[in-house]
Amino acid sequence: MKELVCIVCPNSCTLHIETAANGEINVSGNRCKRGIDFAKDELTDPKRTISSTVKTVFSDAPVLPVRVSAEIPKSKIFDVMKKINSVTLTRRIGIGETVIENVLGLGVDIIATDSILTEN
Amino acid sequence: MTRYDVIVIGGGPAGLAAACSAHDEGVKVLLIEREARLGGILKQCIHDGFGLIRFGEKLSGPEYAARYVEEFKKRNIESKTLCFVTRLEKKGEEFELALVSRNGVETVSSSSIVLATGCRERTAKQVNIHGTRPAGVYTAGAAQLLTNICGVLPTKRCVILGSGDIGLIMARRLTLEGAEVLGVYEAKSTPSGLTRNIHQCLNDYNIPLHLSKTVTRVFGERRLEAVEIASVDERMQPIAGTEEIIECDALILSVGLIPENELAESIGIKLDGGTKGPVCDAQLQTLCDGAYCCGNALHVNDLVDYVSESGDVAGKNAAHHSNKKRELIDIKSGGNVAYFVPQKIDRNADNGAVTCYLRCREPLDGCTLRIKSGETTIFEKRFAFMRPPEMERICVDLSNEKIGGADALFVDIEVSK
Repeated sequence: MKELVCIVCPNSCTLHIETAANGEINVSGNRCKRGIDFAKDELTDPKRTISSTVKTVFSDAPVLPVRVSAEIPKSKIFDVMKKINSVTLTRRIGIGETVIENVLGLGVDIIATDSILTEN
Repeated sequence: MTRYDVIVIGGGPAGLAAACSAHDEGVKVLLIEREARLGGILKQCIHDGFGLIRFGEKLSGPEYAARYVEEFKKRNIESKTLCFVTRLEKKGEEFELALVSRNGVETVSSSSIVLATGCRERTAKQVNIHGTRPAGVYTAGAAQLLTNICGVLPTKRCVILGSGDIGLIMARRLTLEGAEVLGVYEAKSTPSGLTRNIHQCLNDYNIPLHLSKTVTRVFGERRLEAVEIASVDERMQPIAGTEEIIECDALILSVGLIPENELAESIGIKLDGGTKGPVCDAQLQTLCDGAYCCGNALHVNDLVDYVSESGDVAGKNAAHHSNKKRELIDIKSGGNVAYFVPQKIDRNADNGAVTCYLRCREPLDGCTLRIKSGETTIFEKRFAFMRPPEMERICVDLSNEKIGGADALFVDIEVSK
Protein backbone atom coordinates (compact mmCIF):
# COMPACT_ATOMS: atom_id res chain seq x y z
CA MET A 1 0.00 0.00 0.00
CA LYS A 2 1.46 3.33 -1.06
CA GLU A 3 0.63 6.72 0.34
CA LEU A 4 1.13 9.92 -1.54
CA VAL A 5 -0.08 13.51 -1.58
CA CYS A 6 -2.05 14.69 -4.59
CA ILE A 7 -0.74 17.96 -6.03
CA VAL A 8 -3.57 18.70 -8.47
CA CYS A 9 -5.43 21.21 -6.32
CA PRO A 10 -5.08 23.05 -2.98
CA ASN A 11 -6.88 20.25 -1.12
CA SER A 12 -3.66 18.17 -1.15
CA CYS A 13 -5.56 14.92 -0.41
CA THR A 14 -3.51 12.09 1.04
CA LEU A 15 -4.08 9.22 -1.37
CA HIS A 16 -3.86 5.55 -0.43
CA ILE A 17 -3.02 3.28 -3.33
CA GLU A 18 -3.38 -0.49 -3.36
CA THR A 19 -2.08 -2.50 -6.30
CA ALA A 20 -4.10 -5.71 -6.56
CA ALA A 21 -2.56 -9.04 -7.63
CA ASN A 22 -4.04 -8.63 -11.11
CA GLY A 23 -2.32 -5.27 -11.49
CA GLU A 24 -5.48 -3.24 -10.89
CA ILE A 25 -4.82 0.01 -9.02
CA ASN A 26 -7.30 1.04 -6.30
CA VAL A 27 -7.20 4.59 -5.00
CA SER A 28 -8.83 5.98 -1.87
CA GLY A 29 -8.59 9.23 0.08
CA ASN A 30 -9.31 11.36 -2.99
CA ARG A 31 -12.00 14.01 -2.83
CA CYS A 32 -12.45 14.09 -6.62
CA LYS A 33 -11.80 11.95 -9.68
CA ARG A 34 -8.66 13.89 -10.66
CA GLY A 35 -6.94 12.29 -7.67
CA ILE A 36 -7.49 8.83 -9.13
CA ASP A 37 -5.88 9.81 -12.43
CA PHE A 38 -3.01 11.49 -10.59
CA ALA A 39 -2.38 8.39 -8.45
CA LYS A 40 -2.42 6.05 -11.46
CA ASP A 41 -0.01 8.32 -13.35
CA GLU A 42 2.33 8.59 -10.37
CA LEU A 43 2.75 4.85 -10.30
CA THR A 44 3.14 4.27 -14.02
CA ASP A 45 4.26 7.47 -15.72
CA PRO A 46 4.61 10.46 -13.39
CA LYS A 47 4.01 13.77 -15.14
CA ARG A 48 4.66 17.37 -14.14
CA THR A 49 4.35 20.90 -15.45
CA ILE A 50 7.36 23.21 -15.34
CA SER A 51 7.72 26.96 -15.71
CA SER A 52 10.89 28.83 -16.54
CA THR A 53 12.17 31.80 -18.53
CA VAL A 54 13.81 32.19 -21.94
CA LYS A 55 16.55 34.65 -22.68
CA THR A 56 15.67 37.50 -25.05
CA VAL A 57 17.62 40.14 -26.96
CA PHE A 58 15.32 42.89 -25.65
CA SER A 59 16.56 45.26 -22.95
CA ASP A 60 13.02 45.94 -21.69
CA ALA A 61 12.69 42.25 -20.83
CA PRO A 62 15.97 40.30 -20.62
CA VAL A 63 13.97 37.11 -19.95
CA LEU A 64 10.40 36.12 -20.81
CA PRO A 65 8.41 33.75 -18.58
CA VAL A 66 7.32 30.52 -20.25
CA ARG A 67 5.73 27.23 -19.28
CA VAL A 68 4.90 23.88 -20.81
CA SER A 69 1.48 23.85 -22.51
CA ALA A 70 0.65 20.47 -20.92
CA GLU A 71 2.25 17.98 -18.56
CA ILE A 72 5.55 16.33 -19.48
CA PRO A 73 7.10 13.14 -18.09
CA LYS A 74 8.83 13.87 -14.78
CA SER A 75 11.93 12.11 -16.11
CA LYS A 76 12.22 14.66 -18.94
CA ILE A 77 12.18 17.78 -16.77
CA PHE A 78 15.89 18.58 -17.05
CA ASP A 79 16.06 17.71 -20.76
CA VAL A 80 13.24 20.18 -21.41
CA MET A 81 15.01 22.79 -19.23
CA LYS A 82 18.13 22.38 -21.38
CA LYS A 83 16.08 23.00 -24.51
CA ILE A 84 14.44 26.10 -22.97
CA ASN A 85 17.85 27.45 -21.97
CA SER A 86 19.18 27.00 -25.51
CA VAL A 87 16.71 29.57 -26.87
CA THR A 88 17.34 33.27 -27.35
CA LEU A 89 14.14 35.04 -28.36
CA THR A 90 14.62 37.54 -31.15
CA ARG A 91 10.93 38.19 -31.97
CA ARG A 92 8.46 40.02 -29.76
CA ILE A 93 5.86 37.40 -28.93
CA GLY A 94 2.82 37.69 -26.69
CA ILE A 95 1.13 35.67 -23.98
CA GLY A 96 0.11 32.20 -25.14
CA GLU A 97 2.34 32.22 -28.22
CA THR A 98 4.68 29.32 -28.92
CA VAL A 99 8.38 29.62 -28.16
CA ILE A 100 9.30 26.01 -28.90
CA GLU A 101 6.87 23.78 -30.78
CA ASN A 102 6.59 20.10 -29.77
CA VAL A 103 9.60 20.23 -27.44
CA LEU A 104 11.70 17.03 -27.64
CA GLY A 105 8.84 15.42 -29.59
CA LEU A 106 6.79 15.17 -26.40
CA GLY A 107 3.67 16.64 -28.06
CA VAL A 108 3.88 19.64 -25.75
CA ASP A 109 4.82 23.24 -26.59
CA ILE A 110 6.73 25.82 -24.62
CA ILE A 111 4.48 28.89 -24.49
CA ALA A 112 4.98 32.47 -23.33
CA THR A 113 3.07 33.40 -20.18
CA ASP A 114 3.56 37.17 -20.17
CA SER A 115 2.93 39.89 -22.73
CA ILE A 116 5.70 42.20 -21.58
CA LEU A 117 7.35 42.10 -25.01
CA THR A 118 4.21 43.17 -26.86
CA GLU A 119 2.90 45.89 -24.53
CA ASN A 120 3.70 49.27 -26.06
CA MET B 1 -7.21 68.73 -7.30
CA THR B 2 -9.02 65.87 -9.03
CA ARG B 3 -11.80 64.20 -7.09
CA TYR B 4 -12.82 60.55 -7.35
CA ASP B 5 -15.44 58.41 -5.68
CA VAL B 6 -13.03 55.54 -4.99
CA ILE B 7 -9.23 55.48 -5.07
CA VAL B 8 -7.64 52.04 -5.07
CA ILE B 9 -4.05 51.93 -3.81
CA GLY B 10 -2.21 49.01 -5.39
CA GLY B 11 -2.53 47.44 -8.85
CA GLY B 12 -1.95 43.80 -8.03
CA PRO B 13 -4.71 41.15 -8.10
CA ALA B 14 -6.51 42.66 -5.10
CA GLY B 15 -6.49 46.23 -6.39
CA LEU B 16 -7.42 45.24 -9.95
CA ALA B 17 -10.43 43.26 -8.71
CA ALA B 18 -11.47 46.10 -6.39
CA ALA B 19 -11.16 48.73 -9.13
CA CYS B 20 -13.26 46.65 -11.54
CA SER B 21 -15.99 45.91 -9.02
CA ALA B 22 -16.12 49.54 -7.87
CA HIS B 23 -16.31 50.72 -11.50
CA ASP B 24 -19.14 48.26 -12.19
CA GLU B 25 -21.22 50.04 -9.53
CA GLY B 26 -21.06 53.15 -11.72
CA VAL B 27 -18.66 55.33 -9.75
CA LYS B 28 -15.49 57.24 -10.67
CA VAL B 29 -12.41 55.17 -9.84
CA LEU B 30 -8.67 55.82 -9.83
CA LEU B 31 -6.12 53.03 -9.39
CA ILE B 32 -2.60 53.92 -8.24
CA GLU B 33 0.34 51.55 -8.80
CA ARG B 34 3.97 52.18 -7.89
CA GLU B 35 5.46 49.92 -10.57
CA ALA B 36 5.53 50.50 -14.33
CA ARG B 37 3.25 47.52 -15.05
CA LEU B 38 0.07 46.34 -13.37
CA GLY B 39 -0.19 42.85 -11.88
CA GLY B 40 1.69 43.21 -8.62
CA ILE B 41 3.77 40.33 -7.34
CA LEU B 42 2.14 37.92 -9.81
CA LYS B 43 4.47 39.24 -12.55
CA GLN B 44 7.38 37.37 -10.99
CA CYS B 45 5.43 34.28 -9.85
CA ILE B 46 6.00 32.39 -13.08
CA HIS B 47 5.05 28.98 -11.62
CA ASP B 48 1.55 27.60 -12.11
CA GLY B 49 -1.23 26.74 -9.68
CA PHE B 50 -3.05 30.08 -9.83
CA GLY B 51 -6.73 30.28 -10.69
CA LEU B 52 -7.80 26.71 -9.94
CA ILE B 53 -10.79 28.02 -8.01
CA ARG B 54 -11.45 31.27 -9.87
CA PHE B 55 -11.07 30.02 -13.45
CA GLY B 56 -10.86 26.23 -13.10
CA GLU B 57 -7.46 26.40 -14.79
CA LYS B 58 -3.88 26.00 -13.60
CA LEU B 59 -2.35 29.32 -14.67
CA SER B 60 1.00 30.94 -14.00
CA GLY B 61 1.05 34.17 -11.99
CA PRO B 62 1.53 36.44 -15.04
CA GLU B 63 -1.34 34.71 -16.85
CA TYR B 64 -3.69 35.18 -13.87
CA ALA B 65 -2.65 38.81 -13.67
CA ALA B 66 -3.26 39.22 -17.41
CA ARG B 67 -6.89 38.10 -16.99
CA TYR B 68 -7.52 40.88 -14.49
CA VAL B 69 -5.47 43.48 -16.34
CA GLU B 70 -7.63 42.76 -19.41
CA GLU B 71 -10.82 43.20 -17.35
CA PHE B 72 -9.38 46.43 -15.95
CA LYS B 73 -8.30 47.87 -19.30
CA LYS B 74 -11.54 47.10 -21.11
CA ARG B 75 -13.42 49.16 -18.52
CA ASN B 76 -11.20 52.18 -19.26
CA ILE B 77 -10.68 52.85 -15.58
CA GLU B 78 -8.19 55.64 -14.90
CA SER B 79 -4.85 54.48 -13.53
CA LYS B 80 -1.55 56.06 -12.66
CA THR B 81 1.52 53.80 -12.82
CA LEU B 82 5.03 54.57 -11.56
CA CYS B 83 3.06 56.57 -9.03
CA PHE B 84 3.61 56.44 -5.28
CA VAL B 85 1.34 57.66 -2.48
CA THR B 86 3.58 59.76 -0.22
CA ARG B 87 0.88 61.01 2.13
CA LEU B 88 -2.63 59.91 3.05
CA GLU B 89 -4.92 62.13 5.10
CA LYS B 90 -8.55 62.09 6.16
CA LYS B 91 -10.03 65.57 6.05
CA GLY B 92 -13.57 65.46 7.40
CA GLU B 93 -15.28 62.81 5.30
CA GLU B 94 -12.84 63.01 2.38
CA PHE B 95 -9.49 61.34 1.82
CA GLU B 96 -6.65 63.38 0.40
CA LEU B 97 -3.64 61.66 -1.17
CA ALA B 98 -0.34 63.25 -2.17
CA LEU B 99 1.18 61.41 -5.12
CA VAL B 100 4.61 61.51 -6.75
CA SER B 101 5.08 60.33 -10.33
CA ARG B 102 6.70 61.33 -13.60
CA ASN B 103 4.26 64.26 -13.58
CA GLY B 104 5.78 65.55 -10.36
CA VAL B 105 3.76 65.94 -7.17
CA GLU B 106 -0.04 66.13 -7.23
CA THR B 107 -2.94 65.78 -4.82
CA VAL B 108 -6.11 63.79 -5.40
CA SER B 109 -9.13 63.19 -3.20
CA SER B 110 -11.96 60.69 -2.84
CA SER B 111 -14.90 59.66 -0.67
CA SER B 112 -13.47 56.23 -0.08
CA ILE B 113 -10.21 54.35 -0.56
CA VAL B 114 -9.30 50.71 -0.97
CA LEU B 115 -5.97 49.68 0.53
CA ALA B 116 -4.65 46.90 -1.70
CA THR B 117 -1.01 47.37 -0.79
CA GLY B 118 -0.06 43.72 -0.48
CA CYS B 119 2.64 42.48 1.85
CA ARG B 120 6.40 42.50 2.34
CA GLU B 121 8.87 39.82 3.32
CA ARG B 122 10.41 39.43 6.76
CA THR B 123 14.15 40.13 6.59
CA ALA B 124 17.33 38.65 8.10
CA LYS B 125 17.45 41.49 10.63
CA GLN B 126 14.06 40.42 11.96
CA VAL B 127 15.09 36.81 12.55
CA ASN B 128 18.27 37.47 14.51
CA ILE B 129 20.92 36.22 12.11
CA HIS B 130 24.31 37.38 13.32
CA GLY B 131 27.59 37.84 11.50
CA THR B 132 28.93 39.95 8.66
CA ARG B 133 26.96 41.67 5.87
CA PRO B 134 28.16 40.00 2.70
CA ALA B 135 26.35 39.94 -0.62
CA GLY B 136 24.37 36.75 -1.09
CA VAL B 137 21.67 37.07 1.59
CA TYR B 138 18.36 37.41 -0.26
CA THR B 139 14.75 37.14 0.65
CA ALA B 140 13.06 34.49 -1.53
CA GLY B 141 11.06 37.20 -3.29
CA ALA B 142 14.21 39.13 -4.13
CA ALA B 143 15.82 35.94 -5.46
CA GLN B 144 12.66 35.36 -7.50
CA LEU B 145 12.78 38.88 -8.96
CA LEU B 146 16.45 38.47 -9.91
CA THR B 147 15.87 35.09 -11.55
CA ASN B 148 12.54 35.61 -13.28
CA ILE B 149 12.55 39.30 -14.21
CA CYS B 150 16.21 40.34 -14.33
CA GLY B 151 17.36 37.01 -15.76
CA VAL B 152 20.31 36.55 -13.40
CA LEU B 153 20.99 33.51 -11.26
CA PRO B 154 21.55 34.69 -7.67
CA THR B 155 23.27 31.53 -6.48
CA LYS B 156 25.07 28.36 -7.47
CA ARG B 157 24.92 26.71 -4.05
CA CYS B 158 22.46 27.87 -1.41
CA VAL B 159 20.72 27.23 1.87
CA ILE B 160 17.06 28.20 2.25
CA LEU B 161 15.84 29.30 5.66
CA GLY B 162 12.11 28.91 6.19
CA SER B 163 9.70 26.47 4.58
CA GLY B 164 7.21 29.16 3.53
CA ASP B 165 5.78 28.81 0.04
CA ILE B 166 8.08 31.33 -1.61
CA GLY B 167 11.13 29.46 -0.31
CA LEU B 168 9.76 26.15 -1.55
CA ILE B 169 8.93 27.60 -4.96
CA MET B 170 12.44 29.08 -5.22
CA ALA B 171 14.03 25.78 -4.12
CA ARG B 172 12.48 24.26 -7.24
CA ARG B 173 13.17 27.25 -9.51
CA LEU B 174 16.83 27.47 -8.59
CA THR B 175 17.27 23.70 -8.95
CA LEU B 176 15.72 23.85 -12.43
CA GLU B 177 18.27 26.51 -13.38
CA GLY B 178 21.17 24.36 -12.21
CA ALA B 179 21.83 25.70 -8.73
CA GLU B 180 22.44 23.32 -5.85
CA VAL B 181 19.90 23.80 -3.07
CA LEU B 182 21.59 22.18 -0.10
CA GLY B 183 18.48 22.11 2.04
CA VAL B 184 15.47 23.94 3.41
CA TYR B 185 15.74 24.65 7.13
CA GLU B 186 12.63 25.39 9.19
CA ALA B 187 12.72 26.60 12.81
CA LYS B 188 9.26 25.23 13.57
CA SER B 189 8.60 21.53 13.96
CA THR B 190 6.11 21.51 11.08
CA PRO B 191 6.47 23.02 7.58
CA SER B 192 5.09 26.50 6.90
CA GLY B 193 4.13 26.11 3.26
CA LEU B 194 1.32 24.31 1.46
CA THR B 195 1.55 20.51 1.57
CA ARG B 196 1.49 20.23 -2.19
CA ASN B 197 4.52 22.52 -2.41
CA ILE B 198 6.53 20.30 -0.03
CA HIS B 199 5.87 17.48 -2.49
CA GLN B 200 6.20 19.19 -5.86
CA CYS B 201 9.09 21.48 -4.90
CA LEU B 202 11.19 19.49 -2.43
CA ASN B 203 10.36 15.78 -2.64
CA ASP B 204 10.29 15.82 -6.45
CA TYR B 205 13.88 17.14 -6.49
CA ASN B 206 15.22 15.31 -3.43
CA ILE B 207 15.85 18.58 -1.62
CA PRO B 208 16.00 17.81 2.11
CA LEU B 209 13.71 19.56 4.58
CA HIS B 210 15.17 19.93 8.07
CA LEU B 211 12.69 20.85 10.79
CA SER B 212 13.50 22.47 14.14
CA LYS B 213 16.67 24.01 12.74
CA THR B 214 17.62 27.60 12.01
CA VAL B 215 20.46 29.72 10.65
CA THR B 216 22.23 31.57 13.45
CA ARG B 217 25.20 33.19 11.72
CA VAL B 218 26.55 34.12 8.30
CA PHE B 219 30.20 34.23 7.23
CA GLY B 220 31.98 36.02 4.41
CA GLU B 221 33.29 39.51 3.72
CA ARG B 222 32.28 40.60 0.22
CA ARG B 223 30.29 37.46 -0.60
CA LEU B 224 28.63 34.89 1.60
CA GLU B 225 30.91 31.89 2.17
CA ALA B 226 29.06 29.83 4.74
CA VAL B 227 26.20 29.78 7.23
CA GLU B 228 25.96 28.31 10.71
CA ILE B 229 22.94 26.08 11.35
CA ALA B 230 21.72 25.13 14.84
CA SER B 231 18.93 22.95 16.13
CA VAL B 232 16.23 24.78 18.07
CA ASP B 233 13.99 23.91 20.99
CA GLU B 234 10.17 24.18 21.20
CA ARG B 235 10.48 27.94 21.68
CA MET B 236 12.61 28.14 18.50
CA GLN B 237 15.69 29.07 20.54
CA PRO B 238 19.06 27.71 19.32
CA ILE B 239 20.47 24.81 21.31
CA ALA B 240 24.13 25.30 22.18
CA GLY B 241 26.45 22.62 20.88
CA THR B 242 24.30 21.69 17.87
CA GLU B 243 25.97 24.12 15.47
CA GLU B 244 27.19 23.00 12.05
CA ILE B 245 28.79 25.06 9.28
CA ILE B 246 27.54 24.76 5.71
CA GLU B 247 29.50 26.31 2.83
CA CYS B 248 27.31 28.14 0.36
CA ASP B 249 27.20 31.33 -1.70
CA ALA B 250 23.67 32.38 -0.82
CA LEU B 251 21.20 32.29 2.03
CA ILE B 252 17.62 32.56 0.81
CA LEU B 253 15.13 33.69 3.43
CA SER B 254 11.50 32.60 3.40
CA VAL B 255 10.58 33.50 6.96
CA GLY B 256 7.17 35.06 6.65
CA LEU B 257 5.14 37.78 5.00
CA ILE B 258 3.87 40.88 6.73
CA PRO B 259 0.96 42.92 5.36
CA GLU B 260 2.16 46.33 4.18
CA ASN B 261 0.15 48.87 6.12
CA GLU B 262 2.31 51.95 6.61
CA LEU B 263 -0.30 54.08 4.85
CA ALA B 264 -3.08 52.64 6.99
CA GLU B 265 -1.11 53.28 10.16
CA SER B 266 -0.34 56.84 9.07
CA ILE B 267 -4.02 57.70 9.47
CA GLY B 268 -4.38 55.71 12.66
CA ILE B 269 -6.15 52.67 11.23
CA LYS B 270 -6.22 49.98 13.89
CA LEU B 271 -4.46 46.74 12.97
CA ASP B 272 -5.22 43.21 14.20
CA GLY B 273 -2.27 41.58 15.99
CA GLY B 274 -3.13 38.20 14.52
CA THR B 275 -3.37 39.18 10.85
CA LYS B 276 -1.09 42.28 11.00
CA GLY B 277 -3.72 43.80 8.73
CA PRO B 278 -6.49 46.31 9.55
CA VAL B 279 -9.40 45.31 11.76
CA CYS B 280 -12.36 45.09 9.34
CA ASP B 281 -16.07 44.42 9.26
CA ALA B 282 -17.81 42.03 6.85
CA GLN B 283 -17.84 44.71 4.14
CA LEU B 284 -14.02 44.89 4.52
CA GLN B 285 -14.28 48.45 5.82
CA THR B 286 -11.58 49.26 8.39
CA LEU B 287 -12.31 51.14 11.59
CA CYS B 288 -11.61 54.34 9.67
CA ASP B 289 -14.87 55.18 7.88
CA GLY B 290 -14.42 55.06 4.12
CA ALA B 291 -11.14 53.11 4.19
CA TYR B 292 -11.54 49.57 2.88
CA CYS B 293 -8.90 46.85 2.66
CA CYS B 294 -8.39 43.69 0.61
CA GLY B 295 -5.83 41.13 -0.52
CA ASN B 296 -2.59 40.49 1.32
CA ALA B 297 -2.73 43.90 3.03
CA LEU B 298 -5.71 42.56 4.97
CA HIS B 299 -4.19 39.17 5.81
CA VAL B 300 -1.67 36.95 4.06
CA ASN B 301 -3.47 34.61 1.69
CA ASP B 302 -2.34 31.27 0.24
CA LEU B 303 -4.47 31.46 -2.88
CA VAL B 304 -4.76 34.44 -5.19
CA ASP B 305 -8.31 33.34 -6.00
CA TYR B 306 -9.37 34.51 -2.53
CA VAL B 307 -7.37 37.71 -2.93
CA SER B 308 -9.50 38.54 -5.98
CA GLU B 309 -12.66 37.66 -4.08
CA SER B 310 -11.76 40.06 -1.27
CA GLY B 311 -11.02 42.73 -3.87
CA ASP B 312 -14.51 42.24 -5.35
CA VAL B 313 -16.07 42.75 -1.90
CA ALA B 314 -13.97 45.75 -0.90
CA GLY B 315 -14.40 47.51 -4.25
CA LYS B 316 -18.15 47.05 -4.38
CA ASN B 317 -18.59 48.27 -0.82
CA ALA B 318 -16.23 51.19 -1.29
CA ALA B 319 -18.34 52.26 -4.28
CA HIS B 320 -21.46 52.25 -2.14
CA HIS B 321 -19.81 53.96 0.79
CA SER B 322 -22.04 56.34 2.70
CA ASN B 323 -21.17 57.79 6.06
CA LYS B 324 -24.05 55.94 7.68
CA LYS B 325 -23.26 55.19 11.29
CA ARG B 326 -22.06 51.65 11.93
CA GLU B 327 -23.10 49.52 14.86
CA LEU B 328 -20.07 47.28 15.31
CA ILE B 329 -19.87 44.14 17.42
CA ASP B 330 -16.78 41.97 17.89
CA ILE B 331 -16.09 38.49 16.58
CA LYS B 332 -13.80 37.17 19.31
CA SER B 333 -11.47 34.24 18.68
CA GLY B 334 -10.72 31.32 20.96
CA GLY B 335 -7.34 29.79 21.68
CA ASN B 336 -7.20 27.46 18.66
CA VAL B 337 -7.82 30.27 16.17
CA ALA B 338 -4.69 32.11 15.01
CA TYR B 339 -6.81 34.69 13.25
CA PHE B 340 -10.31 35.27 11.89
CA VAL B 341 -11.37 37.83 9.28
CA PRO B 342 -13.58 39.87 9.59
CA GLN B 343 -13.01 40.92 13.17
CA LYS B 344 -16.23 42.96 13.44
CA ILE B 345 -19.83 42.83 12.23
CA ASP B 346 -21.74 46.01 11.44
CA ARG B 347 -25.35 45.36 12.46
CA ASN B 348 -26.49 48.12 10.09
CA ALA B 349 -25.07 46.32 7.03
CA ASP B 350 -26.22 43.28 5.04
CA ASN B 351 -24.44 40.27 6.54
CA GLY B 352 -26.54 37.47 5.08
CA ALA B 353 -23.55 35.88 3.34
CA VAL B 354 -20.25 36.83 4.92
CA THR B 355 -17.06 35.33 3.52
CA CYS B 356 -14.71 34.64 6.41
CA TYR B 357 -11.04 33.63 6.32
CA LEU B 358 -9.27 31.92 9.18
CA ARG B 359 -6.20 29.97 10.25
CA CYS B 360 -5.75 27.56 13.14
CA ARG B 361 -2.89 28.11 15.56
CA GLU B 362 -1.41 24.63 15.26
CA PRO B 363 -2.11 21.42 13.26
CA LEU B 364 -5.40 19.90 14.38
CA ASP B 365 -6.91 16.57 13.34
CA GLY B 366 -10.63 15.84 13.52
CA CYS B 367 -11.91 19.22 14.64
CA THR B 368 -15.04 21.38 14.52
CA LEU B 369 -15.20 25.10 13.88
CA ARG B 370 -18.03 26.82 15.75
CA ILE B 371 -19.34 30.37 15.73
CA LYS B 372 -21.50 31.19 18.74
CA SER B 373 -23.82 34.02 19.62
CA GLY B 374 -24.05 33.78 23.38
CA GLU B 375 -24.78 30.11 24.08
CA THR B 376 -26.30 29.44 20.63
CA THR B 377 -24.15 27.85 17.95
CA ILE B 378 -25.01 29.72 14.74
CA PHE B 379 -22.46 28.01 12.48
CA GLU B 380 -20.64 24.71 12.67
CA LYS B 381 -18.26 22.93 10.29
CA ARG B 382 -16.26 19.75 10.70
CA PHE B 383 -12.75 19.40 9.32
CA ALA B 384 -10.80 16.16 8.94
CA PHE B 385 -7.67 18.23 9.56
CA MET B 386 -6.60 21.84 9.75
CA ARG B 387 -3.08 23.17 9.26
CA PRO B 388 -1.83 26.72 9.93
CA PRO B 389 -0.29 27.07 6.43
CA GLU B 390 -3.63 26.18 4.84
CA MET B 391 -6.09 29.02 5.29
CA GLU B 392 -9.76 28.07 5.48
CA ARG B 393 -12.60 30.00 3.89
CA ILE B 394 -16.21 29.76 5.00
CA CYS B 395 -19.39 31.57 3.98
CA VAL B 396 -21.65 32.34 6.94
CA ASP B 397 -25.02 33.96 7.56
CA LEU B 398 -24.31 36.58 10.21
CA SER B 399 -27.48 38.62 9.70
CA ASN B 400 -29.22 40.18 12.70
CA GLU B 401 -31.93 37.50 12.47
CA LYS B 402 -29.27 34.82 12.81
CA ILE B 403 -27.08 36.40 15.50
CA GLY B 404 -29.91 37.78 17.63
CA GLY B 405 -29.14 40.38 20.26
CA ALA B 406 -25.62 39.31 21.20
CA ASP B 407 -23.08 42.07 21.81
CA ALA B 408 -20.26 39.84 20.50
CA LEU B 409 -19.78 36.62 18.57
CA PHE B 410 -17.30 33.93 19.49
CA VAL B 411 -15.42 31.61 17.15
CA ASP B 412 -13.26 28.66 18.13
CA ILE B 413 -12.07 25.29 16.88
CA GLU B 414 -12.67 22.27 19.07
CA VAL B 415 -10.82 19.00 18.61
CA SER B 416 -13.34 16.13 18.62
CA LYS B 417 -12.60 13.29 20.99
